[in-house]
Amino acid sequence: MIVLPRFEYKAAGSVAEACRLLRDAGGAGRVMAGGTDLLVKLKSVARPLLPAPPASGEGPSGPELVVGLRGIRELATLGFDSGRGLVVGATACLADVAAHPDVLRHYPAVAYAASETGTPQVRNMGTVVGNLCNAAPSADNAPALLVLGAEVRVAGEGGERVLPLAEFFRGPGETALGLGEIVTAVEVPVPPARSGASYRHLSARGRVDLSAVGTAAFVSLDEEYARVREVRIALGGVAPTPLLVAEAGAHLADAPVGRRVFAEAAALAARAARPISDVRASAGYRRRMVQTLVQRALLEAVVRAQADGEVRS
Amino acid sequence: MKHSVVLTVNGEEYVLAIDPHRTLAEVLREELRLTGTKIGCGTGDCGACTVLLDGRAVSSCLTLAVEADGRRVVTVEGLAPSGEQLHPIQQAFIEKGAIQCGFCTPGMEMSTLALLQGNPHPTEEEIRAGLAGNLCRCTGYNKIVEAVATAAGAMAEEPMNTAADGASDGDQGRPCALWPPVG
Repeated sequence: MIVLPRFEYKAAGSVAEACRLLRDAGGAGRVMAGGTDLLVKLKSVARPLLPAPPASGEGPSGPELVVGLRGIRELATLGFDSGRGLVVGATACLADVAAHPDVLRHYPAVAYAASETGTPQVRNMGTVVGNLCNAAPSADNAPALLVLGAEVRVAGEGGERVLPLAEFFRGPGETALGLGEIVTAVEVPVPPARSGASYRHLSARGRVDLSAVGTAAFVSLDEEYARVREVRIALGGVAPTPLLVAEAGAHLADAPVGRRVFAEAAALAARAARPISDVRASAGYRRRMVQTLVQRALLEAVVRAQADGEVRS
Repeated sequence: MKHSVVLTVNGEEYVLAIDPHRTLAEVLREELRLTGTKIGCGTGDCGACTVLLDGRAVSSCLTLAVEADGRRVVTVEGLAPSGEQLHPIQQAFIEKGAIQCGFCTPGMEMSTLALLQGNPHPTEEEIRAGLAGNLCRCTGYNKIVEAVATAAGAMAEEPMNTAADGASDGDQGRPCALWPPVG
């Protein structure tokens, strides 16, 4: 039986306390929301995915501090208002995000990505913010949030900062978070009129396992629904981090809505991908599937943008 | 440092001193001797350790016992309404031959309970999605899916209180744990 190594645990009572505990632990501290990634890593004997502790601190097998966030009431926020947009707090679980009426209505791609992450049990425990902070290149929740212009709210002892999600990912398992910092929420602006977004992914089993490729598209249309006003495309599982593909979006600006330009954008996205071959898929297959899935995501995003217009008019 | 933890398991309250690195699955099995909950992979993939925590299916192997403090746990031992009577889910698993070695069964049944509490009349696709986090290496799943559909029909005909119901508001009746607390 795989057991956890010994560690100390503190339930933080406030964001400030969580940041202070993590800073004082000096790199031997781990923040925990749902625990579905963290505890698996702590159970792994080799712990290859955890950053090495600082040289001056405890050794790799030394005690670590786990700082629990679930007692901090404000971090459980999950809500939408027409001014601020969507706020998903650090402890809002995947199942709640997937089923939230406002998320389903205004951000169906976000709800879908959450509903496709892990197993039912994982979705009852794990969080959207945790999926981002775990910073797996294949993180299912990242692409849709990237194309929707999401920002992460970061708290540290010095105060709070907000940064675009696109600047948050630094490498496999690496984020822009510094010592003593936590993400308190991910925020998504209100989508513009006549816009839609979609997330499409695939994996070997089609359910439960990590995505080999994930793609998200965002499209906003002009008043006549004839031309593309803005497009954003993001990819998962095909680069060291989830990737926002700026060139594909630039190519499509002001283009007429249609399969031909979507195919061109998808080809650009496939060229921007930097996939590797691993147990989940080969690099070549991933690149091909980026092209296929991006086209599907673009088409679904357009359908949603058109329906969005009907709802509002 | 041990933490003082209060767990309500199948309607019974337990006060325990627990090391923070112990999982809920370990504490249920080793401290409370509720060994119906199985530990398979230990990494949240197989679902054998599934219990209900505040009414939701979770992997108890990835839940710290300290984080279950003050919360309601229902294990497979809390499923049957009495020592003489099986829950319709258990009855259906037997009738449909959905059990072979039995190791996955407690987790399957707890995921089934969570599924049917949220969706009393699931389609086959919804059943398969609801049990996607539970692996069985014997049966090939079809009999399990049939058992869940049968259980749904039986529960619709004759709703039955389980420990999950009894524990939900604390005063709905007797607690339903089959085994008295040990140690």
